[in-house]
Amino acid sequence: MQTHDRKMLVIIGEAALEKSLVRDARSFGAHGYTIADVRGGGERGDREARWEADRSIEMKMICDAAVAEKLAQHVLASYAPNYALTLFTADVGVFRPQKF
Amino acid sequence: MDPVVLFFLLGLIARIAKSDLRLPESLYDALAIYLLLAIGLKGGVQLAQQPLATVLPQALAAIALGACIPLLAFPILRLKLARADAASIAAHYGSVSVVTFAVATSFLAAQSVATESYMPLIVALMEAPGIVVGIVLARTGSAQRIAWGALAHEVLFGKSVLLLLGGLAIGALIGPEGMEPIAPLFTDLFKGVLALFLLEMGLVAGGQIGDLKRAGPFLTAFGVGAPLAFGLLGALVGHLLGLSVGGAAVLAALAASASYIAAPTAMRIAVPEANPALSIGVALGVTFPFNLFVGIPVYLHYARWFGGS
Repeated sequence: MQTHDRKMLVIIGEAALEKSLVRDARSFGAHGYTIADVRGGGERGDREARWEADRSIEMKMICDAAVAEKLAQHVLASYAPNYALTLFTADVGVFRPQKF
Repeated sequence: MDPVVLFFLLGLIARIAKSDLRLPESLYDALAIYLLLAIGLKGGVQLAQQPLATVLPQALAAIALGACIPLLAFPILRLKLARADAASIAAHYGSVSVVTFAVATSFLAAQSVATESYMPLIVALMEAPGIVVGIVLARTGSAQRIAWGALAHEVLFGKSVLLLLGGLAIGALIGPEGMEPIAPLFTDLFKGVLALFLLEMGLVAGGQIGDLKRAGPFLTAFGVGAPLAFGLLGALVGHLLGLSVGGAAVLAALAASASYIAAPTAMRIAVPEANPALSIGVALGVTFPFNLFVGIPVYLHYARWFGGS
């Protein structure tokens, strides 16, 4: 079955950012997103998701490379200085290109 | 000692001993929702029977008290901290801790000290003013604009204020007869659920100790000194408002408490440059346990002292 190249942008960050990230993703042209509650740790300590202020989310979006890059730049500039944040992209193949 | 305090201690010990004990996140959420609704409902049933002329001045004074506390805390915190951090911590102390309220009420009931039964209204009203003042303090002299719309939504429709006010409204509408069929869940089980919630709070508070060590002795001293001072102020205001000794003690506990549900979320959004490890570390790691073990009985002494008994 033929696949079409797209980028998957993954943002792992504080749950407090969820509303802003969803708004940004929509405004930069991502057609959809998936969010999951996650926990983990980094250089500056652990985020264990025990209670409100300690929660983290993982947000995944599949979009074309230009949208992924612009959105990633915006997220890094707006939130990275003050929030716990990890971003990465991966090349993925989708079956229905019109969805992304 | 109140059993709920012992549950907190168990959680604290479990965390410090690095136990694998972990309450499911959804259980924490469910317990918090239950406590907020139960407190609101109980207050609402009583509120409907109070004349507005009695409640209104007390409600307004509670809002003013919540707004004043950050203004008092901020200059002290500024001695050692950056503006954003000082303002954020001040906001946490201006807002209130619902669980501290619940423990104070249960402590007073165990001591057979009567309290005004509509105090949950005061809790709901004191959640937001301190947060707003803290944000204004953080933004004074800065070019950054405050997104008031988003912030108002976060504070007013955040779960703590929504459930407290919602519970109050439902309680006031249904009255004592309407409360009867749901009382087995919302009244009879309350203390047990509070105990379980405090076990989780012990686990969370134990996790703040590392942050606190990094924050240093100034903040630790603030975490003990601030509740003692604001508790005194709260007891005085309660006395001047004509509250009973129990009511003044509850108001003192509210003034002495620091928020850890509404304030951290609001400050994270409105003042992101403030380090949450400092505000949460001192509010949950020092002030919350201090109020549980030492503060609440002290606030009853304050109230008795002002009340002349």
